[in-house]
Amino acid sequence: MKLLRFILDPYARFALFALLIMGLPLVVTNEYYLGVLVVIAIHSIIVLGLDLLMGYTGQISLGHASFYGLGAYITGVLSAHWQWPPLAGLAAALLIVAAIAWIIGVPTLKLHGHYLAMATLGFGIIVFIFFNELGSLTGGPSGLTGIEEMNIFGVTFDSDREWYFLSVSFLLAVLLLSINVVRSRVGRALRAIHGSETASGVLGVNIARYKVGIFVLSALYAALAGWLYAHYITFISPSSFTFMFSVKLVTMVVAGSLGSLWGAIFGAALLTSLPEFLFVFNNYETLVFGFILIVVMIFMPRGLLRGIEDMFKWLWHAARKAPPTSRPGEERS
Amino acid sequence: MGLEQILQFVITGITVGSTYALIGIGFNIIFNATEIINFAQGEFVMLGGMFTVFGMQVLRLPVPFAALLSIILVAFVGLLLNMLAIRPIRNPSPITLIIITIGASIFIRGASSLIWGKDPYPIAAFSGEDPIPFFGAVIQPQSLWVMGVVFAVVVALRQFLNRTITGKAMLASAFQPRAARLVGIDTPYMVLLSFALSGAVGAAAGIIIAPMSMVTYDMGVMMGLKGFCAAIVGGLGHPFGVVLGGLILGVMESLGAGLISSGYKDAIAFVILLLMLFFRPQGILGKGRGERV
Repeated sequence: MKLLRFILDPYARFALFALLIMGLPLVVTNEYYLGVLVVIAIHSIIVLGLDLLMGYTGQISLGHASFYGLGAYITGVLSAHWQWPPLAGLAAALLIVAAIAWIIGVPTLKLHGHYLAMATLGFGIIVFIFFNELGSLTGGPSGLTGIEEMNIFGVTFDSDREWYFLSVSFLLAVLLLSINVVRSRVGRALRAIHGSETASGVLGVNIARYKVGIFVLSALYAALAGWLYAHYITFISPSSFTFMFSVKLVTMVVAGSLGSLWGAIFGAALLTSLPEFLFVFNNYETLVFGFILIVVMIFMPRGLLRGIEDMFKWLWHAARKAPPTSRPGEERS
Repeated sequence: MGLEQILQFVITGITVGSTYALIGIGFNIIFNATEIINFAQGEFVMLGGMFTVFGMQVLRLPVPFAALLSIILVAFVGLLLNMLAIRPIRNPSPITLIIITIGASIFIRGASSLIWGKDPYPIAAFSGEDPIPFFGAVIQPQSLWVMGVVFAVVVALRQFLNRTITGKAMLASAFQPRAARLVGIDTPYMVLLSFALSGAVGAAAGIIIAPMSMVTYDMGVMMGLKGFCAAIVGGLGHPFGVVLGGLILGVMESLGAGLISSGYKDAIAFVILLLMLFFRPQGILGKGRGERV
């Protein structure tokens, strides 16, 4: 029982998870696989933010690829044109994205239902068009080259192995922050809003402020991921930040498990690695993503990870409630 | 920049705007009956075009029959969408329904790219390509088809909803589902019907657009989103608002592309959408809705 309680404690889980992924390069030495893991870590950071927004607060964003793209392009343009160091680029990206997310969030998050989805969708497409059209700044459809390699306080990151530790450190920091958000008063307020906006409003929760706050936070996660991505690949083009990518991010949250941080990482890992390892998958990619979205929503509305968890819980309870297979008396006779 | 040129932009805008309006009407039919925003509406439009191409080029049918076949098939796709993806959901919340319809749209798009490939299909204009002169500007014959079909659909839909028992039952179950059930209306059937009807209207849009902008497997995304903008700008759920919204979007887009820059053409619709959501989310003609707890 003690062991069970230990596993259910989020911080113990976090410590275990941290140990596990920090030790992973001992097993995975192939540079290509490490590269895939870097991308998974980057995607996980965005999906964690999106999960705080969708899973905990019940608001949907169909434009998170644009915040990811803005993070990447702001640092990319500053680095390629004016040789800003990556950390300065990060500061600029976070500041600008926070401002933009706030400007989008304040008017739309006061509304209910579909409006945030529509506003973020429209915003995502506008941003995508600007990436394409501001050719002199962004390189247009053919992309932006000349982004400098990651350099933090004089340390250069240029192998996939170093990148693995860098991106995973950021992932762990973001995960820890998210665990704290979820467990704090803020997290409780967010779940209350998800449950019933009217009821939580009556109880004195400042709904609009919390919704805008979590929206800005999730946009900041995406911007951070974009910053990592730009300096990892050192080349960015608009095709990485399309509406379809926003939908993929939503798929990751939904498939992983709405409202479970571990599920978010699981979903990001699953849907990022699938196309990498299955070459056949390529032509069927859109088909499969659509299928996953529908099937998970219908049969496992709580997501794959929660679905598996529920199954185990059910088995556990079934095993405890079921009458013992042989009665003590019978055994002796 | 002469007046003739401006007139030309306006004519083009009205044509394009009419198609947005038609797509927006498709959104409205489902929204009115269920409050679901059907993100697969654009896919109905694409399928409408694809099935018409299939009917004309593979089955060698004349245009009216190919169009009819296409409308029937897409209406059937609408039925399937409702029965396979929407009905089985146990507790439908807006977020679940958005995700499901997006999933369906991606699935349909993926399937289409496998079936028809990624190349665009050209299709001949219904009644020739000779432009009709009009005060120094020209009107393409296909534009007249577009405007005619949109007008016909709006009138027919209005007659259906206000004059027939089924139409009235549909309105009733959209307005007050519980009350409608109490007076014996089969509301699930009405919802099913709204999906089929919305599919048919979407197909009609796809058919008339096809000669103007070739048919491709991924045309649905942009088309759906523009129709959606038209519905929001005009007033979601408001029948004439959508037509107005579509025309405004079409004309603004066409003028913007001509006078400012064609690259930003698609951005114009979404900027209008955002401004609308910020300042008047109920749309131009929509009334403020009472909140339901």
